[in-house]
Order: sequence, then C-alpha cells, then structure tokens
Amino acid sequence: MSTHTNPSTPRERLVVVGNGMAGIRTLEELLAKAPDRYDITVFGVEPHPNYNRIMLSPVLAGEKTFEQIVLNGRDWYETNGINLLTGDRVEVIDRANRTVTAMSGLTVPYDKLLIATGSTPFIIPVPGSTLPGVVGFRDLADVDTMLEAAARGGRAVVIGGGLLGLEAANGLKVKGMDVTVLHLMDTLMERQLDRSAGALLRHELERRGIAVLTGADTAEIVGNEKVSAVRLKNGQELPADLVVMAVGIRPNTALGKAAGLACGRGIQVDDTMTTSDPAILSVGECVEHRGQTYGLVAPLFEMAKVAAAQLAGGTEAAYTGSVTSTKLKVTGVDVFSAGDFTGGKDCEDIVFRDAARGVYKRVVVKENRILGAVLYGDTKDGGWYFQMLKDGTEVAPVRDTLIFGQSFGGEGAANPKAAVAALPDSAEICGCNGVCKGTIVTAITEKGLSNLDEVRAHTKASASCGSCTGQVEQLLALTLGDGYAGEAKAKPMCKCTDRTHDEVRRAITALDLKSIPDVMQRLEWRTPDGCHHCRPALNYYLLCEWPGEYKDDSRSRYINERVHANIQKDGTYSVVPRMWGGLTSAKELRAIADVVDKFAIPTVKVTGGQRIDLFGVKKEDLPAVWADLNAAGMVSGHAYAKGLRTVKTCVGSEWCRFGTQDSTGLGVKLERMTWGTWTPHKVKLAVSGCPRNCAEATIKDLGVVCVDSGYELHVGGNGGMHVRACDLLVKVETEAEVLEYTGAYMQLYREEARYLERTAPWLERVGLDHIKRRLVDDAEGRAALNARFLFSQSFSQDDPWAERASGSVDRHEFAPLAQVG
Amino acid sequence: MDQSISWITVGSVEDIPRQGSRVVRTDFGDIALFRTVADEVYALEDRCPHAGGPLSQGIVHGARVTCPLHSWVIDLASGEAVGPDEGCAGHCPVRVVDGAVQLGLAAFRPGRGGCGHG
Repeated sequence: MSTHTNPSTPRERLVVVGNGMAGIRTLEELLAKAPDRYDITVFGVEPHPNYNRIMLSPVLAGEKTFEQIVLNGRDWYETNGINLLTGDRVEVIDRANRTVTAMSGLTVPYDKLLIATGSTPFIIPVPGSTLPGVVGFRDLADVDTMLEAAARGGRAVVIGGGLLGLEAANGLKVKGMDVTVLHLMDTLMERQLDRSAGALLRHELERRGIAVLTGADTAEIVGNEKVSAVRLKNGQELPADLVVMAVGIRPNTALGKAAGLACGRGIQVDDTMTTSDPAILSVGECVEHRGQTYGLVAPLFEMAKVAAAQLAGGTEAAYTGSVTSTKLKVTGVDVFSAGDFTGGKDCEDIVFRDAARGVYKRVVVKENRILGAVLYGDTKDGGWYFQMLKDGTEVAPVRDTLIFGQSFGGEGAANPKAAVAALPDSAEICGCNGVCKGTIVTAITEKGLSNLDEVRAHTKASASCGSCTGQVEQLLALTLGDGYAGEAKAKPMCKCTDRTHDEVRRAITALDLKSIPDVMQRLEWRTPDGCHHCRPALNYYLLCEWPGEYKDDSRSRYINERVHANIQKDGTYSVVPRMWGGLTSAKELRAIADVVDKFAIPTVKVTGGQRIDLFGVKKEDLPAVWADLNAAGMVSGHAYAKGLRTVKTCVGSEWCRFGTQDSTGLGVKLERMTWGTWTPHKVKLAVSGCPRNCAEATIKDLGVVCVDSGYELHVGGNGGMHVRACDLLVKVETEAEVLEYTGAYMQLYREEARYLERTAPWLERVGLDHIKRRLVDDAEGRAALNARFLFSQSFSQDDPWAERASGSVDRHEFAPLAQVG
Repeated sequence: MDQSISWITVGSVEDIPRQGSRVVRTDFGDIALFRTVADEVYALEDRCPHAGGPLSQGIVHGARVTCPLHSWVIDLASGEAVGPDEGCAGHCPVRVVDGAVQLGLAAFRPGRGGCGHG
C-alpha cells in the first residue's frame, strides 16, 4: 500500500469501471499529478490485468505473446494501492447513494466515478450471427477463439475490410487458414485510404493469398450447430469454419444509460470529460464528445489526460476533440493516414508515386497548411506530416520538397544527374530487364549509341515499363556530354503524366496493368485520378488489352458512351437505332413512328450513315424509348461511340442493273461481325456494289468496292474536316476473305492507333507499307489478328440499350436524385 | 456552418456514383451534385457558364468537372472555369451529415456567363 501524506483525513473514493487502456491511462496520469488523493477501485470484466489492446493483432499473428503486451501487471496495481477486481462486471450505478454494485453482489461507494467501458464489436444482425464460430475481434478471448480455429486449419471469412478486419485476416492467414475478406464498400479501409492506396493494399493482400471481395453484402451466416458458410445478398456462398465480424464498434453505453446519464451514440461528456452527473466522468471508446466517438488509441490518451487533470482538482485542462491518424499493423504492409485527405475547396493535392518501390504518398495542403495525408509503402514520414498537421505548421518554406519527406535534401537527391553519376556501375537501372548502369554506359561508348531508342534496342533498358527512362537519359547525357542532343520528345498523353500514349500502352502490356488506378500508380501519375483526357484513353487501352477481363469504367467515359445516346446543345439526347446495312422494314418504321408520337420527339432526321436519328429526347425518357425500340427488334446504333458506327451500302446485284456482287448482303454481314466493338475513334465502313461507288466507300475507314472478279478493299479514308480518300489495300476473291481482312484490320487499328486517332492519321503515321506487311504479306499474322478481334467481340455484342431499358445497368444515370421546392 | 441556412436533405452520398454526379430539380433550376474520387460532395448549378451545357453529364476528375459540350473545365468548389476560360457556374452550399447530403438552397448564388461563343 502507498503511504498517506495525511492519514488523518479520509481520502476520496474513486471507482473506475473498465480496466482497459483509457481507464488505466487516466489513473497513470492521475497518480502522476495527485498520487494520494483517492482510494481507487478498478472493475474489469476480463480476467486479465491491463493490456495493450491495439497489439492483439501481432498476438494473433504470433509475433508477440500476451505477456509482451501487458501494460500494467498486477504488481503495478498493488504498488499503487489500487484495488483491482477482475472478472467482475458492474451492473448498477446508484447515483443517489453514490455506489456501484457488481455482478458478484459487491457494492462499492464512490465520491468520483470514472466510466471507461469501451466498446463492443458490432455484430451485423443477419440470421446465424449468433452461431458458434462467429467471433468479433476485440479481446484476448476472441484471439484465443481464432487461434484455436486456426490450429484446426480450414477456411475463415472476415466480414469487414477496415483496419481490424484486415489485421485479423492477415493473422489468420499467417496461422495457415484460407482467408476471404468481405467488404461492403469498393475500397478497403475507405475511411482511412483513398482509392489509389486502397488498390495497392488490396494487391498486397491478394499477393499474400488473402482473397478480397468488395461490394460484398452479407445476407446470412449459414450453419446448423456451428457456422459452415456465409451467404451474400447476390446468392454467392462462401464456406467458412470461422467468421470474424469486424464491421465496426459500438460504444458500451448500457451502464450509463441505465443510470440515467445523457447518452447519444456514446455517453455524452463535456470538454472536461464530465458526464451529465458532475460526480461521474467518462473516457475512451464509450464516450461521445461534441457528437464524435473515437475508436483509436490517441484520442483516448488525450481524453485520459484531461480526465486525470479534472480528477486531480484542476480546472484548466479541456478536451477539444482529436485529429486522428491510423497505421495498419500488418507486418510488411506500411499504411498511414491522417486528417482529412478528401481534398476540397482551395485544397491542393501533392502526389508522389514510386512504382518501383510500391510507394504512394498524397499530402493535402490548404492555405499552406497540411490538412491530411495518405501514405502507402513508405510511412516513415507519417509522424512528421501528422505533427505539422496538428500544429498547423506553415509549409510554404518546404512546399517544393514536402512530399519527399523530412530527410529530403542534399545535392545528390536534388540533382537527378548527380544522383545517377554517383551510382556504382553495378547499380540496376532497368528493373524490368535487369540492366545495370555499367552495361548501359559500355553500350553507349562501344556501340556509339546516341539516343534512347538505340539504348533500348541494344540493352533493353527502359524498353518495358519505361519508368527508368529518365535515368537512361541522364546516363546518355553523362556519357556523351555535349554530344548528346537529347530526345525528340513525343507529346505526353496529358498533363497528368510525361509519358506518351505509346509508352503507356507498352507499359500496360509489359507490367500486366489491369485497372486505371494500377496504371496511374505504376506509371507515377501526378494527379489523384487523372483528367478527362487520360481517363477515357486508359479505359480504352485496358479494354483492348484485356478483353473479357477488364471491367469497363463508366466514370471514365464521355457522356455519350456512358448513356449510349448523343448529347445535344440543349442537354437533350438523340437516339439512333441500328439499321443493318441501311436496311429497314415497315415494322421498324412503324415502331419508330410510334416512339416519336409517344414521347413527343421534335425532330426526325435521316443520317448520312443510312439510318434514322431521333432528336430532342429527354434523358429520363431514354430507357423507355429504348424499351419500345427493342420491342420491335431494334438495338443501339452506337452513333455515339468510338466504335463501329455504320456500314453504308448500295443495293448491289439484288436490284441494281450495274451491281456486280450482293453489296447489301455483304454490308449486313460486316455490320453483324463488327458492331459493338470499341476502337480508338469512330469507324465507318461501306460496301459499294460496283466501281460507280454509290456508297462512297473510298472515303471510309474501310471501304469495299465490288468488281466482277471479287472485292477491292480500301482503307484509311474519311470525310469530315480533312477529307482523305482511301488507299487500296488489296483485292480479294471471296466474301470470307473480306470478312477476315476486315477483322484483322480492325484489330490492328485497335492495337496500334492512339486514342482519338482515326484510321486516316494512323495510316499516315505508320505508313501503308506497314499495314500491308501486317495484313497482306503475313497470312498467319492476319489470321491471328482476326482471331483476337473475334475473341474480343465475344464480350462486346450485348445491346447496351436492352441492359439499361430493363433497369439492370446504371439506373441512377437516368433519374434525378430528388425534386425539392 | 452558417446557422441561418436551412438545410434540405436530398439523398445520401451513396446515391451519387463516385467520380459521378446526380441532379436535383429545384425552383432555381437543376442543381448538379458531384462526388469526387475522394468522396467530397459539391453542388453547382447544372449549367456550364460557357454555353449552358449540363455539367452533371461531364467527367469528374480531382475536384473538377469537364463540361460535356465543349470541354470547359469547371472547379467544383468555386464553380469558376479553369483558365484560360473565364466564367463561373452557379453555386449552392452543400454539406454531408452522417452520409446524408444536404443543400442550403436559400444561399444559392447564381453564376456569371463566360465568353458567350459556341
């Protein structure tokens, strides 16, 4: 027992309900200020002394033992004269008589009461949530349950992809279970991470063998006597021997509520941590302060300081809320976030990406002060940013190098040329192809290389992902001195990157990049989510590279392609149904006429591509218009698409006295084969039945002119601002050859042209000879191109109108959110 | 927040696609609500200061939107056109409370036109 300074005066009695981190930290602070003021009794439900709850994850992962995370052993309580009652729960507070009564029947009087009951995991109320085998992740007992399950092996499903859920998932994986994480949102840890960092984290977890399902909404936990599976609302069922619920926490307010204290989401306290009863204080996760509840340790400690000062008799200290920061405790995965990183008015995003090291950093600055930060892969400056954030430090003096961190500075780092010069010959420059500095320098001197392309050709350095291009250029400059003329710079894709369209495409293939955030991270984009130039281009490149695998990003499409109609100057839309080869019928025309009447469509016009355009359709009417057109057998004409538009035809040998072949029939076949494809820019085809060329086939992207002996294929033409007549590619004898050449030509254009480059400028850039070499001279290559085209078509020929008319896709696009006033 | 504004709840953040927009019909005309990649929500009059294009139909990138008609880029927070273009879209105070999106319509500030061509 501690000594009393004045044993004759009876001391005040302090009872602490809760033996967790907040309650005990308050006592530590209090003992430092006023060691003899109180007789202290602590109630703890768990049978343990006070331990570091945030270190349960390392215990689960086997990196620490329980003993290593104990904060205060029983001897500490003894030394400080604290009466510790573990395994007993306070059930009643009698505020009138100032006593608490525990489950054991024990009643203890108090002068001051501190409620620190913490929180409990929120168990989502789905059927089966109470089955054995379903646990939260809160205390040592939960960890023991998980470790027992892990010892038996089998499958674990973790519901919740936040901080705790991911730490649990990692621990269970390390312990040998098959782990799947279910997350309701589409970004892991979405409260702490932005989309880029979330994507990196997901990749890392998947690399470790943890399956991640986002957008996963749990419907039921299945099992008879114990859990056997988790069923999602979409019907998917995941077998499970263990289910960990980590979707959030709930402040434990029951005790406070029953005692009649003011409670909201938590027990309400003022800035002195005092509840609605002046004799009762509260700290920790059970508390609601200024409308906020907290689930992280730093705020608890700040509260503890204030509560201790208050209990010690002070009046100065006040808690004004906390700015929080988080770190994920998964070994080898460094994630840090702090403050408000959503950005906003007058905010500036400073983004740094180092793909080679897997680093992403984003610091949000407003009025020269840090507002928030997200760090992935390199978090050593997290504390520095957080300190400046909390202190409101003016960052203007270090603004230019802020993103590089605290230790940034010195000649070598600031001057990239000096940095490269300082590297030893054995330093690897090109990680993709394993090329060292010495190899590159030797090649430059011995082979007389003078530019980047030559270095790429001879050494492969920077020939894959291109992220070392800058360093290779520095080596050229260092080695050749004034003899290096620099590179003739191709135009970068947009202001978000220095890379050209071709470089980005090469990297998508070489680095296996499969999403827009992936590309932006690995290729070190300067903006958080690109711009209206690069996003549609990246979406197209990914779609072209990974048919059937890449999921189209509608948010990266121009409005016309997003809603499958053409926006007009007044914000209404025009609708063009497909008319195969320019053919229509009484039934189709009747349906169109009915739609025009029904929706009061103001203008109906015949287009240059041999179809009918309905102008002035209101956006919210689009799905209903499409439904009616669908009912008559019509589908989208893609008149809005960077894709196949029309196949214009003349009537050909079926009716025309000059016709040499069935040009209309061939046009229909071509349109059936090519519709629905996405291309770098719009593509128009035509088939003329004889050299009179009534279908104007020789100013199309690909035009077929029928002759007696077969078919001439003309390519690279267009009307428009710069009219270009086609070049003759080849003459073939059969329709089958026309179809094969068309497929191969479309695919070559899809794979080689830059986004928004039509076939005419593409052909002029690469040369007709190149196209002939690939399509005419190389029969095998032609067949392979055609096969790739047809494969990609197998995923693209679903009518987008039907999907939207039924309401199954993008319903939100066509209805206002609300009507007010 | 300004206490004198009355706030009208018009939906939840989740109703607006990320990097997308939804429209609210009001007595002041259509208001476009935007949700950025970082889940910030902004509200502008659904009219580009240039030629009246519906900004709600544009591509949202960072805290900006590109008008679908002539690719003017508008700053979501201020409604101002990004240089060299000049003009400002009407602006409406908006806040998010527990995931609910609320508009302060009474404080709606109309825009001012741009160069007038197009």
